[in-house]
Amino acid sequence: MSVKQEQAREMELEAAGVDAPLYASRQQIYPAAVSGRFRKIKWIILVCTLGVYYFLPFIRWDRGPNAPSQAVLIDMDHHRFYFFFIEIWPQEVYYITGLLILAAVTLFLMNAIAGRVWCGYLCPQTVWTDLFFAVERLIEGDRRERMLKAGQKWTLETIAQAVLKHWAWLMIAWWTGGAWVLYFSDAPTLVYQLATFQGPVVAYTWIAILTFTTYFFAGFMREQVCTYMCPWPRIQAALTDEWALNVTYRYDRGEPRGSLKKNDALREAGAPAGDCVDCHQCVYVCPTGVDIRQGLQIDCIQCGLCIDACDTVMDKLGRPTGLIGYDTDINVKRREIGQAALKPRLIRARTLLYAAVIAIVGGIMIGVLATRHDSGLAVIHDRNPLFVRLSDGGIRNAYTLRLSNKLPEDRAFEIRVDGFAPDDVASASGKRADTGWPLFTVGPDQTLEDRLFITLSRKALGRGHDHDEDKRDISFRLIDLRSGAQVKVKDHFIQPEGEKR
Amino acid sequence: MSVTSHEHEVDAATGTATTGHEWDGIRELNTPLPKWWLYIFYATIVWALGYWVVYPAIPLASSFTKGVINYSSRAEVTAEVAQLTSARAPMVAQLAKASFDEIQKDTKLLTFARAQGKAAFGDNCAPCHGAGGGGSKAFPNLADDDWLWGTGTLDDIQTTLTHGIRSTDPQTRQGNMPAFGDGVLKPAEISAVADYVRSLSVLDVDKTADLKLGQKVFAENCAACHGEDARGNHDLGSPNLTDQIWLYGSDKATIVEGITKGRGGMMPNWGERLDAGTIKALAVYVRTLGGAR
Repeated sequence: MSVKQEQAREMELEAAGVDAPLYASRQQIYPAAVSGRFRKIKWIILVCTLGVYYFLPFIRWDRGPNAPSQAVLIDMDHHRFYFFFIEIWPQEVYYITGLLILAAVTLFLMNAIAGRVWCGYLCPQTVWTDLFFAVERLIEGDRRERMLKAGQKWTLETIAQAVLKHWAWLMIAWWTGGAWVLYFSDAPTLVYQLATFQGPVVAYTWIAILTFTTYFFAGFMREQVCTYMCPWPRIQAALTDEWALNVTYRYDRGEPRGSLKKNDALREAGAPAGDCVDCHQCVYVCPTGVDIRQGLQIDCIQCGLCIDACDTVMDKLGRPTGLIGYDTDINVKRREIGQAALKPRLIRARTLLYAAVIAIVGGIMIGVLATRHDSGLAVIHDRNPLFVRLSDGGIRNAYTLRLSNKLPEDRAFEIRVDGFAPDDVASASGKRADTGWPLFTVGPDQTLEDRLFITLSRKALGRGHDHDEDKRDISFRLIDLRSGAQVKVKDHFIQPEGEKR
Repeated sequence: MSVTSHEHEVDAATGTATTGHEWDGIRELNTPLPKWWLYIFYATIVWALGYWVVYPAIPLASSFTKGVINYSSRAEVTAEVAQLTSARAPMVAQLAKASFDEIQKDTKLLTFARAQGKAAFGDNCAPCHGAGGGGSKAFPNLADDDWLWGTGTLDDIQTTLTHGIRSTDPQTRQGNMPAFGDGVLKPAEISAVADYVRSLSVLDVDKTADLKLGQKVFAENCAACHGEDARGNHDLGSPNLTDQIWLYGSDKATIVEGITKGRGGMMPNWGERLDAGTIKALAVYVRTLGGAR
């Protein structure tokens, strides 16, 4: 059965109340070129987003002699993430949690305001597919030519065009994969290494993987990614409401649709006639092949190209534009029963709530980032043995320390333990600052592991807050000797049960 | 059951072709596997054939086919271990040559020594001394401030590690707690000296204890090794009896048992099993457990 027969069959079945089969053969889509407001916006976004993606790794940022000078760098070998003035260590990966929350809620907010803005304009799948369409159109011609060629036998010309097209696609895909690996290493060095075949195997592997996925998803899978693979349309459908602006066909103005001649005749006779001339331009330009006149549907990525197509036609016919435009479900309902359309309400409980979450999470992240310590202390109490009895009957606890110096210079720290005298506290390396507290020197952008011993004399045992306590809270303070900046860490001191003398 | 037709009839209700078979009036719809799925399946079969040739695959009577690239995960591990060993070799050589003073001064070497020592401790020492060196009955706690042999300097620890205690090494640390129950002391004297020793550590002693007799027995029999003041002797491995650390336990029965039957734990001479660099690393690591003087 041909695809057409299959679809006709499906429609018959649906009309008869039988569920459509779960599997549908794909129909090749040949989107036509279009120009207009939304096409222009999409071009600008395409150039900007791809420009950032392809060229960002080459931007330099001076961090001094001990750190890389690439503005955005994920340094896997040295476990650092650099973003302009920000440097993140692996244990600070929670910033990514914050970013993900922000990204999710921003997506929700965009959806509450204007539906699938992400899908239509910003999503990499859309942007790259759009670029691939442009290349295809440039080489093989517009919709009509491509459809004709698809139905014909191969000729020398069509073969040459196909080769050229796939070559161009592969070049774009290859550059996409190439740009990706530049985020993980010094970009100019890596470009030189790759070009002279001295690059690491992992770089070539990732380039190959991303070349393939870009070529495959943007060249072949296209709208099927959005319709079948992506979870966001399903989530979006559940999150949207009647106040969200969506790309909408105005039934009240458009219907009954008919050819220009037929509708003019109807209008003259005083019969109802719509503005839709059934020219199918909105369908022809659609990158996912939907008919927007059937209403809001899951395949529609709301890119606005049908608005441009329809506006162009309406302009030519001398009719007002906006037969297809951004509109809310509420207005669709109101127009159906002849009521006036309402102005879109951007400020509603939903948008305020999303905006508030964005403001709170963003505020917390900025706050945490602004007050981020440039030093760190991690303390682990020895588990075995929990405590050690000394020859004079005193008790000693041992701790493994890890000090982090997040600045690109050598730094000296002392560690103080509240409630103890300097003499009660000693490090395994044994150095002491002028104050008598243990001294540690940590290299630039490095960590240092050491051990710390805290001794409680026999007399002092049980002098804690409660005599029956065998575990007392203590706190360590890591103090930068030059700046005086402090980091505080809490832990315990453990002594044998019931020990009180 | 009969096959009525070989023509692929189309089922009226669904529009799908049938397989042409009919069983008691029931016909089966012909819904073949999706092509992409089928081709991937065929590809995996071809892949498997190649795999059989390239990798070890088919078990034979006493062996198995090795595959053309002669791969084995064991060989891979061996190669990785060898690679690691050669990567560490310069530091290991430096460690073997360096004096303890040099190790303590060189942060990089010290960090390396501690890491090497920690690994070697887990492999060799932890079974007796515990994962954190906390020890147990008869196995000394390496994290406290009391040392039986030597004073806990790096050199002392190195000597003990290399030659062992009461081991087969000719230079072993040697010293014995004799069995005083073998006709040397009477049970009453042993009981009295046990009470006396407990009193030295300020432990509770029974009111009826004869501390005078205990003191006399101690001076005549024990002071030679443990010292007049009972503070022990680091050269003989005789413990300090006045402190709060008891290798076997501080209760009277345990002390009486020790005096009666004698004591003498053994530590292997690790110089026979470990290289000099590893022993140095172990000494450096053991000091970080807290026993440093």
